[in-house]
Amino acid sequence: MASTETERPPESGASPAGGAQGAERDDAAELAGLEAGLDALDTRTQARTPLARTLREKALPPAVAVVLVLALWQSAFALELKPDYQLPSPLMVWDALAEEWYKGTILGVVWQSVSRGALGFLVALVVATPLGLLVARVKVVRAAIGPVLSGLQSLPSVAWVPAAIIWFGLTDATIYAVVLLGAVPSIANGLVAGVDRIQPLHLRAGKVIGATGLRGVRHVLLPAALPGYVSGLKQGWAFSWRSLMAAELIATSPELGVGLGQLLETGRVYQDMPLVLGAILLILLVGIGIELLLFAPLERRVLRNRGLLAAR
Amino acid sequence: MPTTLSAQDPAAAAQPRAAHQQDRQRQAGYAARLDGVSKSFGRPGAQQQVLDGISLDVAPGEFVTLLGASGCGKSTLLNLVADLESPTDGTIEVPGGRPALMFQEHALFPWLTAGRNIELALRMRGVAKAERRQEAERLLELVRLTGAYGKRVHELSGGMRQRVALARALAQDSQLLLMDEPFAALDAITRDVLHEELTRVWAETDVSVLFVTHNVREAVRLAERVVLLSSRPGRIAREWRVDIPQPRRIEDAEVSRLSVEITEELRGEIRRHGQH
Ligand SMILES: Nc1ncnc2c1ncn2[C@@H]1O[C@H](COP(=O)(O)OP(=O)(O)OP(=O)(O)O)[C@@H](O)[C@H]1O
Ligand SMILES: [Mg+2]
Repeated sequence: MASTETERPPESGASPAGGAQGAERDDAAELAGLEAGLDALDTRTQARTPLARTLREKALPPAVAVVLVLALWQSAFALELKPDYQLPSPLMVWDALAEEWYKGTILGVVWQSVSRGALGFLVALVVATPLGLLVARVKVVRAAIGPVLSGLQSLPSVAWVPAAIIWFGLTDATIYAVVLLGAVPSIANGLVAGVDRIQPLHLRAGKVIGATGLRGVRHVLLPAALPGYVSGLKQGWAFSWRSLMAAELIATSPELGVGLGQLLETGRVYQDMPLVLGAILLILLVGIGIELLLFAPLERRVLRNRGLLAAR
Repeated sequence: MPTTLSAQDPAAAAQPRAAHQQDRQRQAGYAARLDGVSKSFGRPGAQQQVLDGISLDVAPGEFVTLLGASGCGKSTLLNLVADLESPTDGTIEVPGGRPALMFQEHALFPWLTAGRNIELALRMRGVAKAERRQEAERLLELVRLTGAYGKRVHELSGGMRQRVALARALAQDSQLLLMDEPFAALDAITRDVLHEELTRVWAETDVSVLFVTHNVREAVRLAERVVLLSSRPGRIAREWRVDIPQPRRIEDAEVSRLSVEITEELRGEIRRHGQH
C-alpha cells in the first residue's frame, strides 16, 4: 500500500505546501503504516471448527437420543404393556418397511408425496412473495388483509380439506389447494416480519444510492428482509408438508395415486400397526430430512454472511 | 449518461462524472443552495420547530462544516439536502444531481461484501457491469483498503467500515458529499487517519463537502468554512473562514486557536438557552 505512494513521480504530487515533498512522502508512509497497524488490531478472524468436533457436538447428542427412544420402545414391547398388534417392536416396524421396500413401491410412494409437497411449496412461494411484499409495504393492503393473514396461520389447514373436496372433488387440485392454504400465510407472514425488522437506516441508504422503486425492492428490501423470509420459508415448508399429509390421509381415491398419507390410511384400514408406525416414521424422516438438508444450511448461510451467527 | 461516456472513452472511465451535471453546477455557481429553509416535526398544534430560516450556499468544490450542539437539527438539515425529508418552508437546490450521504453509522449493507456494497452504488448510477469490479477496486485503493474487496461488513473494523462507507459514497460520483458525523464513534488515532484520507480525496477530486460534526477541532481541521448553528430552533449563528493551509493536523496551534474562539461562541449559544 505504501509503495504506490512513494513511487509516484514528484511532479504529480504538486502539493499546496510547495517544497515539502520529502516530508509529505514520509507522512504518507507513516500514515499507511499506522493504518495497517490499526486494521491488524481491529480485524476479526474466524477459525473453522474441526470436523471431529462438529460431529461430536452436533451429531452425537441426537444419535444418543434416538438410541434411547428405541431402547425404551423395545423394553415397553418386552414388558408387553400392550398386545403386539397394538404395540409392535421396532424390528417389526422395520420388517414392515422392508416388505414395502421389496414390493418395490415404497420409493414411488415417498416420491409421490415429496414431489407434491415440493411443487405445492414452490407455487406457495410464488404466490406468497408478492403477497407478503404488498402487505408489508402498502398500508391499505396491510390494514385489509394483514390480520386475516396472520389469523390464517393458526387455522389448522386440515380444516380446509372438506371444503376443498366439495369444490374440487377427489382430485390433485384438492390436495394442492390445501397445501397452498397451509403454506402461503406462513411464507407471507415471514416476509412481512422480515420487512418490518429491516433497519430504517438501510432503507434510507438504499434511497441515497438511488435504489428506489422496483430496484429498491430487488437490491435492498428483499435482501434486507432475507433472514425473516428464510424462517418464513422454513415454516412454510413445515406447513406444506403437514397440510399435504392431512389432505392425503382424507382424500384417498385410486386416481390420486398412493402417497405417504394414503399408505397410512391403508395401514389403518388393514389394522396393520407396524405399517402405520413405519409410515409415520417415513413422514417424520422426510420432514426432518428436508429441513436439515435444505433449510437449516440456507438459514445458517444467510445468518453467517451477516455476522449474526458468531454471536450465538 | 455516465455509462456511454465511459464506454467510449477509456480516459473518461477514471473520472466518469456526468459532464452535464458538472456544467449545471458551474452555471449555477453553487453545489447546494438552501434558501429560507425551515423544518417542523409533529402534528399540527403540537409542532416542534427544528430549523428556522436557514440560508446557506455551498460553492462548487468547497468544504463546509456544520457545527452545533446536540439536537440542534444538523442531521435534519442533511436529510433535507439529501431529499430524505422535505422542508416545511423554503427551497433547496442541488444542481449537480442526487447528493451522496454518509451516515453517522456506516449504513453498509451487511448482506454484501465491502466490494459489492460499492458496486451496488456503481450499478445504481448506471456503470456497466464490466467496469464495476475495476472501479470498486480503484475506490477501495483510494481509501487504502486494497484487499478488502471480498470481506464481509462484520469482518471489518469500525475504521475500515467507515472507509468503505466513504468509498461507497464516492462511488455515487456525486458533486456533493454530505457527511453526518461520520467519524464520531472512532478513536482519536483512527479519526486522525480518516481526516487525512478525506482531505486528500477532497483535494484530488472536485467534490463539494458538507460535513456535520459537534467536534469543534474536527470542524476546523477539515473545513474551508465553519458554520455554527444555534439550537431550538436551529439558525445560522455565525460563520468562520478557515485560511490555515492544508495539510493541517488537529493538534496544530492555529487549529487550536480558532477552535478555542469557536468553542467560546458555541458555549455562549448554549448558555443563552439556560437564560430563558
Ligand atoms: N422524525 C422526527 N420526528 C420528530 N422529531 C424529530 C425527528 N427527527 C428529528 N427530530 C427532532 O429534531 C431535533 C433535531 O434532531 P437532529 O437529529 O437533526 O439533531 P442533530 O443536530 O443531528 O443532533 P446530534 O448532534 O445529537 O446528532 C431533535 O430535537 C429531535 O428530537
Ligand atoms: Mg445528528
